[in-house]
Amino acid sequence: MMMHKVATAFAALLLISGTASAQGAKLNDAQIAHIAYTAGLADIANAQQALKISKNKDVRAFAKDMARDHKAVNDKALALVKKLKVTPQDNDTSKAIAKGQADKRVDLAKLKGAAFDKAYINNEVAYHKTVNGALQNTLIPSASNAELKSLLETGLKIFQGHQEHAEHVASEMK
Amino acid sequence: MRAGFVFAAAKIGILAALSIWSSAPAGAETIHVAIDKVAYGPVNISARVGDTIEWSNMDIVAHTATNRDKSWDYMIMPDKKQTLTLKKAGEIDYYCKFHPNMKGHISVKE
Repeated sequence: MMMHKVATAFAALLLISGTASAQGAKLNDAQIAHIAYTAGLADIANAQQALKISKNKDVRAFAKDMARDHKAVNDKALALVKKLKVTPQDNDTSKAIAKGQADKRVDLAKLKGAAFDKAYINNEVAYHKTVNGALQNTLIPSASNAELKSLLETGLKIFQGHQEHAEHVASEMK
Repeated sequence: MRAGFVFAAAKIGILAALSIWSSAPAGAETIHVAIDKVAYGPVNISARVGDTIEWSNMDIVAHTATNRDKSWDYMIMPDKKQTLTLKKAGEIDYYCKFHPNMKGHISVKE
C-alpha cells in the first residue's frame, strides 16, 4: 500500500519533468497555467471527499483549509489568464495529475474511519511534495510571464505551508 | 432621585475617562506587520506593554496569527486587518495555523 503510494508520487513527478523534455521544448505559459489550475482542482476534489467521509476534527479542518486556499489561488490564476488573454492549454501532465488523484480517490473511497483519515493525509503529504517539486524545478523556471511566475512563486509558498500542515496532522495520528 | 441620577451620570463620566486613559497609555505605539507572500514582515518585533500589533493581510489567501501558547488565535482574511494590544511582558512565538512555515516573534518589555 505504502510502496504503491510512493511509486505513484514518483511516477507523477517523473511525468511532470519528463513531459517537458519529451516535448523537446519547455512548457509554455498556457500549459503551465493549465497544470497549476488542474493540480489545485484535484486537491479541492480530494478535500471534498474528505469532508464527506472523515469525522476527524483535524482532518476536516485541514480539508476545509485546502478547499478554501486552492479555490483562492485558482480564482487568482483564472483572473490572471483572462487579463493576459491566455487560454489554458490541456496537456499530458495535466491529464496525468487529474487521473492520478481521481484514481487515488477511488482507492480512498473504499476506506473509512481512521484508515481513511490516514490514507487521505498521507496522500496530501505526498501530493503536495510532488506538486511543490514540480513547481520549483519545472513550472516556475519555465514560466515566461512575470505575473504568472510571481503567482506560481506565491502558490509554492502557500503549498509548502500545506505540506508542513499535512505532515503535522499525519504525525499527530501516529 | 435627581441627585442619584446626577451622581450616576458623574460616575459613568469618570469611568469613561478612566477607560480612555487606560486604553491609551502615554507613548503606546501601533506596530504594523504586513502579511505578504506567505510571511510576516517584520518577522521579529520589539514592543512594550500597551503597544498594539496590527496585522494586514495582503495575500490572496486567509492566514492566522496564532500564539504557540494558544492564548490567542486570529483568522485574518485577505485584505483585512487584525489588532492585538499587548497586556504583559514576555516572549511570544506565533505562527499561521494554515501555513506553519509562517513564523513570527514578539518581544514584549515592561
